[in-house]
Amino acid sequence: MPIHIIDRRLNPGGKSLENRQRFLRRAKSLVQGAVKKTSQERDIKDVLEGGEVTIPLDGMHEPRFRREGGTRDMVLPGNKKFIEGDYLQRSGQGSAKDSGPGEGDSEDAFRFVLSRDEFVDLFLDDLELPDLAKRKIAQTESEGIQRAGYTTSGSPANISVSRTVKLALARRIALKRPRKDEIEELEAAIAACTDEDEREVLLAQLEKLKAKSKRIPFIDPIDIRYRRFETVPRPVAQAVMFCLMDVSGSMSEHMKDLAKRFYMLLYVFLKRRYKHVEIVFIRHTDRAEEVDEQTFFYGPASGGTLVSSALQAMHEIVRERFNPADWNIYAAQASDGDNSYSDGELTGMLLTDKILPVCQFFAYLEVGESGGSAFDLSDSSLWSLYERLRNSGAPLSMRKVSERSEIFPVFHDLFQRRETSQEKAAP
Amino acid sequence: MTERLFEGADWDFHTLQRITDACEEVALKDLGLDVYPNQIEVITAEQMLDAYSSVGMPLFYKHWSFGKHFAFHEASYRKGLMGLAYEIVINSSPCISYLMEENTATMQTLVIAHAAFGHNHFFKNNYLFKQWTDADGILDYLDFAKNYVMQCEERYGRTEVERTLDAAHALMSHGIDRYPGKKKLDLRAEEKRAGRRRQHEEEVFNDLWRTVPAGKSKTRSALSIERRRKLLGLPQENLLYFLEKSAPRLAPWQRELLRIVRHIAQYFYPQSQTKVMNEGTATYVHYRIMTQLHQQGRITDGNFLEFLGSHTNVVFQPEFDDPRFSGFNPYALGFAVMQDIERIVTRPEDEDREWFPDIAGKNDVMGVLRDVWANYRDESFIAQFLSPKLMRHFRMFHLHDDPEERAGIRVDAIHDERGFRRVRRELARQHDVGYIDANIEVVDVDLSGDRRLILHHHVIKGSQLNETDAKRVLQHLADLWTYDVALIEVDANDKVLREYVVSPRPIAAAVA
Repeated sequence: MPIHIIDRRLNPGGKSLENRQRFLRRAKSLVQGAVKKTSQERDIKDVLEGGEVTIPLDGMHEPRFRREGGTRDMVLPGNKKFIEGDYLQRSGQGSAKDSGPGEGDSEDAFRFVLSRDEFVDLFLDDLELPDLAKRKIAQTESEGIQRAGYTTSGSPANISVSRTVKLALARRIALKRPRKDEIEELEAAIAACTDEDEREVLLAQLEKLKAKSKRIPFIDPIDIRYRRFETVPRPVAQAVMFCLMDVSGSMSEHMKDLAKRFYMLLYVFLKRRYKHVEIVFIRHTDRAEEVDEQTFFYGPASGGTLVSSALQAMHEIVRERFNPADWNIYAAQASDGDNSYSDGELTGMLLTDKILPVCQFFAYLEVGESGGSAFDLSDSSLWSLYERLRNSGAPLSMRKVSERSEIFPVFHDLFQRRETSQEKAAP
Repeated sequence: MTERLFEGADWDFHTLQRITDACEEVALKDLGLDVYPNQIEVITAEQMLDAYSSVGMPLFYKHWSFGKHFAFHEASYRKGLMGLAYEIVINSSPCISYLMEENTATMQTLVIAHAAFGHNHFFKNNYLFKQWTDADGILDYLDFAKNYVMQCEERYGRTEVERTLDAAHALMSHGIDRYPGKKKLDLRAEEKRAGRRRQHEEEVFNDLWRTVPAGKSKTRSALSIERRRKLLGLPQENLLYFLEKSAPRLAPWQRELLRIVRHIAQYFYPQSQTKVMNEGTATYVHYRIMTQLHQQGRITDGNFLEFLGSHTNVVFQPEFDDPRFSGFNPYALGFAVMQDIERIVTRPEDEDREWFPDIAGKNDVMGVLRDVWANYRDESFIAQFLSPKLMRHFRMFHLHDDPEERAGIRVDAIHDERGFRRVRRELARQHDVGYIDANIEVVDVDLSGDRRLILHHHVIKGSQLNETDAKRVLQHLADLWTYDVALIEVDANDKVLREYVVSPRPIAAAVA
């Protein structure tokens, strides 16, 4: 009896991938809730690593007719001292587990591990840059490849076997190339043939067939077809995000931490969802500088506070590099709300005249001390200034944050996908 | 001395071939087994997880619930809560056994003996498998099912298909014929029939028939209840079959989906009835083969000890007060009874002669065992072959837990002269699917009224349905039936204990 031993280890894995995705899609709202809950407790870096989530089993339950209760009979092994007619006291749980065929699905929560990508995707799923309107085709990076029929020349990797064989078959039939079984038949006939004359004739015939099949190749170079591809331009919306952070002395470590977390999140969100978004980092004390992300997130700095310096820097960068006609411009600012008194007017003016008219969206995040009770007493100078501007119709979003756990909700709140942006004003 | 099959723990594909040949020699010559051709496949842990989530089958249609099981298994495997099986074997011809690549050479030998010969022989010869499964056709049928579901998804949308499958899965445990019909199931013909049926319907469709006036010979009221029940094939305990044939507003493709789920449930039906026997057979066979190979000197003492180690783990039976206890271990019980039969056949004692006059001292161990393997299922197997000696060995006792009884749980019988037969009967009953599954059947349809479907649950020993689950399953049932569904729980004296009525959700009605 033949026994087949097959190595399946090299078969493509991930056979359950599709089922898994279906499951995730079905449990999406549950998983998303779980992801948000989990992410509040974790560091941003950990969030991006994915991990285990727990969802209530209820929504994903597969019901069956199950019986329960009633009188039960069971046969158990391991009798030590019982004799017939003994009575055993019932303990709370029942000393013996039910050995019935109940499924192991009775737990009320369902835990499983999400991969990094799944986690971040779900985490960022309902976020979007608002009002990504000004579309302009960037010259580079915007080419896609698409199939475009067949060609007679190309790289061997692109040979289309099915098309080639089809053509070869048609050609062989058209030129009447003798088939293999015809030749075999004739050979068999020759072997079986006893008559010398007939044998001669057959041999000549065979010779002819063989010569013909040699003349007409199985696959001719003219049969060969290659798959053709062509590049197509794809329109890409250009966008730039300005990250303005106050790193002055009045910002405590906690506040800086909050602000950095917020930007970290923003950074991940943009990198992941928008391939063509440029990010400009500006940090400021009493003067502003454009820095790279490394310095932005990890470089130490201290000093006084002049918010207008950052706005001024942003304005200059916009003028130099990002023509508002071509770019969607966004800005997010984080600060403790302190500003030197004399700077208020200038800040307001810069914002209303220069910055906001070119911006699609301007988010302001005010970070406060943990506990945050003093925080509610009176609005900071910057907050009241911005509030005034917003009330007069500027496209400003403002949020306050004083605890780490608030970062995620606030972030979601700011970048939630909206049907119509109610905080948007005419540019 | 004969050549060793392997040294140490490493193996390659030549080793596997040698091992299989050696096992085959013992299995066919010494044990006289009769097996399907074998196909042995080596897989990784990840592929094993894949197989777990599609009930062990190599291909299956797509459904979210399999993804859920996969996520669950994967999480517990990664956390180390769960070890994976050494093998999975499929009742098909050729019989496919999946071996894990992590297994040592000894383990591979064990697993090949266990699955490729033990289980394989059982699949091919046991009457339940012969009656209910079609080993030749199953893989093709699964392939058909997979493609059919995929086509339906393309044509009717994924949500629609998912809804139907969800409902069918919920009723899967009640989509089984328990009594053999006239015809043997032929899954290959099934596939062709599905196509032909659809074609026929399209060909003979003629809207005119609707307008032909009905004859006056039979009015609805003239149909007696008896006649109506007969026409609908009632009472019917196969709910999926009933829906497939009689649900008024299902689309043809939905009926076909129900049919697929039903066939698959039926395919697994024998396995649920023969856990103890199936594993017992496989364990007994691997034990015999391994011992034989060791005696022939083809396995070293060290490797044999490794084998004994895992064998002992497999047949370990914790006692009832052990925290590890979770019911009888089918491997342990099955193996013990098989070995006991061997003992009774070769070295009977007086007690055995009294209890098993037919086989005691018959001396043809394999003959007796092959007959047992072919003609019994768990329930009858235990009822017939569990010996007093074994009951004493396991120190079995029977508990009777009546919630009405204040004094507590009564010990009804123990492993003594007075109790043997009662303990044995009770243990056999625990393995009888007729007792385990809720006995639910369709009893009537109110055709002249609101088309309400009426089901009865015959309550045994006061054990009623779990309420939340029952409501959910009935909801699925009502969605398929598209009219109200009533489930009445009645006890042995036809006293109504509880009644559920569920109406279909509007969306399903709109779709049908």
